[in-house]
Amino acid sequence: MDSKINRRDFIKATTATTAGVAALGAGITLTTYVNANENPVTNEKRWGMLVDTNRLTESDIDGMVTACQKENGWGNETHSTGDQKASWIKKIKVKDTATQRISNLALMCQHCEEPPCVDVCPTNASMKREDGIVLVDKHRCIGCRYCMMACPYDARSFVHEDITNQKEHMPRGKGTVESCTMCVHKVDKGGQPACVEAVNSDAVIFGDLLDVTSNIHQTLKRVQSTQIRADLNLNTAVRYSGI
Amino acid sequence: MSIIRYEQTQGKSLGFYALVAGLGAFILAALASVYFMEHNGHHVTGMNNHIVWGLPHVFALFLIVAASGALNIASIASVFNKKIYKPLSRLSGLVALALLAGGLMVLVLDLGRPDRLIIAMTEYNFGSIFAWNIILYNGFFLIVGIYLWMMFERRMNKYSRKVGIAAFTWRLILTTGTGSIFGFLVARQAYDAVIMAPMFIVMSFAFGLAFFVLVLMASYKWTERPLGDAIVNRLSNLLGVFVVAVLYFVAVYHLGNLYLAENSGVENFVLMDGGIYTQLFWYGQIILGSLIPLALIYSPSTKGNRSMLGLASVLVILGGIAQLYVIIVGGQAYPMELFPGKEILEGYGAIALYAPTLAELMLGLGGIAVALIAIIFLVKVLPFLPESLADDVADPHHKS
Repeated sequence: MDSKINRRDFIKATTATTAGVAALGAGITLTTYVNANENPVTNEKRWGMLVDTNRLTESDIDGMVTACQKENGWGNETHSTGDQKASWIKKIKVKDTATQRISNLALMCQHCEEPPCVDVCPTNASMKREDGIVLVDKHRCIGCRYCMMACPYDARSFVHEDITNQKEHMPRGKGTVESCTMCVHKVDKGGQPACVEAVNSDAVIFGDLLDVTSNIHQTLKRVQSTQIRADLNLNTAVRYSGI
Repeated sequence: MSIIRYEQTQGKSLGFYALVAGLGAFILAALASVYFMEHNGHHVTGMNNHIVWGLPHVFALFLIVAASGALNIASIASVFNKKIYKPLSRLSGLVALALLAGGLMVLVLDLGRPDRLIIAMTEYNFGSIFAWNIILYNGFFLIVGIYLWMMFERRMNKYSRKVGIAAFTWRLILTTGTGSIFGFLVARQAYDAVIMAPMFIVMSFAFGLAFFVLVLMASYKWTERPLGDAIVNRLSNLLGVFVVAVLYFVAVYHLGNLYLAENSGVENFVLMDGGIYTQLFWYGQIILGSLIPLALIYSPSTKGNRSMLGLASVLVILGGIAQLYVIIVGGQAYPMELFPGKEILEGYGAIALYAPTLAELMLGLGGIAVALIAIIFLVKVLPFLPESLADDVADPHHKS
């Protein structure tokens, strides 16, 4: 009998302690990320990018790719072959078949409003934040690669090997899928994506598409721009002018 | 028609143990391959960021598609009330479950993180056709399991038709789901066609039956039980009809695609200058996997010959694997149309290369071995097989 009461007490005490620790833990978390609490991610913003291919030079694009690699720590896989290596952003050179005009552009995740990768992901690991940034929750990704089948922009990479020396702000994991995060860790602190910062001109503009006073909103209103595969009606957050 | 008596197989002969050992070796090789791939990461496979689904998926989808088709024999008996197929119903359910188990094993073990399977089982995105497939596969095990119980348990026999109809409906939805994994991929030129769903259903009829015919003929031959021509010839005819039906769907699919100028590139790739994919399509899928089996089944010189039917079934299976290879790998190898009206000079747009590795092949073959070993063990444990399928037992219209 005694032992039963003791056991009950023990359970009570354990529960109370666990709850206390959990509450304290939650408190610590809230304090640490107080910034996120003050500026919650809402759909009042939609982050986007405008790439002006008329002004973007080939070396600009190379700089964008390098900056992304440096910021997010991809591209130094040692075992993966060419097509197996991560590629979050790449240089594309296209020629108009009718006019022979050549354009260069940087292609990365287009952060669609209606992302096919999010639609097909069986475990909700592919997700879109309220502010339009499309991400992969690497703890939920089972590595089925269906999102890679569905993405119209060839924007996603599968991690084919163990990863060492990862960036603290950008965890990566063997057997999961990854892609451009629009440098969400910088954007949430009021910064800009690394690729945008790498370009010294206005050839790439980043900002809130919904903010009527923003440079990107104003520019998109003024200049002719396009979405890649606009026919798919995905309403991409990355826009291009000059192609 | 006399009463059908079902009996377990003995499973004591040297041949039995040799078969189990052989299949066991394949399963061990598959597990070793999985360890190799998961330990090192997928860089040791031929798969990459452009061919994200490779040979394991070809085998997995073949087995899953064949699984739902193998259930057809039971469905014909209980749903369409064809009495001659009734004695085969139990085996049909068993082959269906075994094939699905083998297919799912391959699919799961190729995941980047197979250890997270629990997430796939608990975290559903109901907008994803893949998540629906997980539900459909689990439901298939449940429904076919109940169906088998209804067939085995005399008291429950009266419900077997109702459960049979449910199982038949479920399997049609399941294969629709499997086909739709590809049919709903709007961005890929080779997919994005709703015809993929019914085409997969008809493919399942043919692949599942071919597998079933081989299992049936082998088990009766090896256990020295009588198997009459009445059943075998009907199955043979049915296989022929299904192979023609698949050809029809393949023709409609390609003709439909050819009509749309935007798809002429990918059609040209598959039908004319796609190298290995073109060869697999014409030599593997069409000639070896369809035309030769049809000739073997219907030509007067080989008609009714069991070895020839066995050969035809093997060819249908090989043709089916070739077909899925062309659909799955070929469909990814051809680049997506990123910039209509423009030519991509650099960065994207080449035909993606893929060379399957031994590990991938062994994993795929391991799936087949798992299916076969499950069948071999279960027919030993439970009375799946009638002790005789001689014409006077099986054929309700048999005149002696």
